[in-house]
Amino acid sequence: MIKFDRVSKRYPNGKDALRRIHFELPAGQLTFLTGHSGAGKSTLLKLIMMIERPTQGQVFVEGQNLNGFSTRQVPFLRRKIGMVHQNHQLLFDRSVFDNVALPLVIAGFARADIGKRVRAALDKVGLLSKEKLNPIMLSGGEQQRVGIARAVVNKPPLLLADEPTGNLDPALSAEIMDLFHDFARVGVAVLIATHDLSLIARHRHRLLTLREGRLIHDGEDDDHGA
Amino acid sequence: MAPNSPRARRPAGARSARTSLGDRLRAWRHHHRDSLRDALNRMRAAPSSALMTVLVIAIALALPAGLAVLLDNARVITKGWDGNAHLSVFLEMEVDENRQRQLADDWAGFDTVKRTEVVTRAQALDEFKAMSGFGEVLEALPDNPLPPLIVVYPDNAAPGQVEALQTRLNALPEVDNAQLDVAWVRRLHAIIELGDRLIGVLTLGLAAAVVLVVVNTIRLAIESRREEIVVIKIVGGTDGFVRRPFLYSGFCFGFAGGVLSLVLVGTALWWLGGPIDELLDLYESEHSLTGMSPSTVLVLPLFSGTLGLLGAWLAVSRHLGDVEPQF
Repeated sequence: MIKFDRVSKRYPNGKDALRRIHFELPAGQLTFLTGHSGAGKSTLLKLIMMIERPTQGQVFVEGQNLNGFSTRQVPFLRRKIGMVHQNHQLLFDRSVFDNVALPLVIAGFARADIGKRVRAALDKVGLLSKEKLNPIMLSGGEQQRVGIARAVVNKPPLLLADEPTGNLDPALSAEIMDLFHDFARVGVAVLIATHDLSLIARHRHRLLTLREGRLIHDGEDDDHGA
Repeated sequence: MAPNSPRARRPAGARSARTSLGDRLRAWRHHHRDSLRDALNRMRAAPSSALMTVLVIAIALALPAGLAVLLDNARVITKGWDGNAHLSVFLEMEVDENRQRQLADDWAGFDTVKRTEVVTRAQALDEFKAMSGFGEVLEALPDNPLPPLIVVYPDNAAPGQVEALQTRLNALPEVDNAQLDVAWVRRLHAIIELGDRLIGVLTLGLAAAVVLVVVNTIRLAIESRREEIVVIKIVGGTDGFVRRPFLYSGFCFGFAGGVLSLVLVGTALWWLGGPIDELLDLYESEHSLTGMSPSTVLVLPLFSGTLGLLGAWLAVSRHLGDVEPQF
């Protein structure tokens, strides 16, 4: 689903954010990405989202080399990727329903279809009864679940999460993780960037560890490589 | 999904949801409609600032539009004045009526003269009494102070020819002064032409001002909707999708400004109409002030809307790139 082929990223200020990163994520697998802040987690996610482009090497999504994508094609790549943010990135000028519907509206779904899909996604995250509320009226955990519903509403083959449990207590974190497991089970490649070691410790999954831009650990390991 | 699509053969359960072309076209049309509605709603949500912008645009456009109307009127009124250009030839006081008629006949025979018209001293006095209201004053004078007059209508109003005729008549011993009555009309025409150019320059300058006002308004709108733009970009909105509401917004500002400028010009013309008609009456003109032509009424809001669209487009292409998702 995702393949990094000796990818390096150097920012214009001369900082090497990633150095020769090489890994592959298959469909249906949940993977953690960890490392201290500044280790390159954000840059790695940005390369997948094409917010940044690699200085060297190639990134593949669904077998397509992103180096061959023009700027105009970037939105269509992003429609294949569900993105969950630490701060939810919800819009408070519209209802929960409209927030979740946004990717479908953008992709050009028929109205009736949008209603069905949005309710299915909200049902999945347990917020069907709150579709008419403004997200500002929801708790942190609920807001995060709205964010997840929005990320998966158009059934993307790839789900990225940036510190999805950052502001949540362990019980809520566990709920969110359960959702991610469900998505991985139906074939979605899930990549969760986090430095929440306890979260990683509670779930035995593949773990990618970055340090100063290098991939220093890749595997199912209790040691976390850090 | 077509059964032969490569995605259909993927073993995993999750499939990217897909849309048909028809759905996407319909959605595109809907988004245009929604963008327009959104633009109008946002204007309504902040009526005072929207009104400010619209008012600035309206005033900027009303100025050249109003001047153009006045100039058009001036052109209509003075049209044809050139056509009956004539020379008023004042004769020496001692030329008697018989000699005056003889001269008039002689001159009527010139190649370049179409006809002549005799105004005797007595006729001139009567006319002057009737027109000026100075009848009693004139009664009090011992003599008729008005000279005999022959009005000469040239065959051809070409400037050079009329002036040649004027020189020729001035050289005659009986002629006191041959006056070309059309000179001031020519000057007026020159002034009107100049006014035309000035309006052109003014329009250009103020159109640029309208564009800049919209650029600034839209720039602020982009700033205040930063989060929304970021989210749209993250979930795969194209630049066109992001741009569309702002373009509609710019067009709406421009269009509303154009409509309001029509109202301003209309009000100003109505306000000026009475005095101007009175003034024209005094000049014995049959014209009365004409308002804006239907084509102006139609074109001005569209022109203004286009300026707004241009401003929005400039703002969006300049500032939308600054708003990129960060995490």
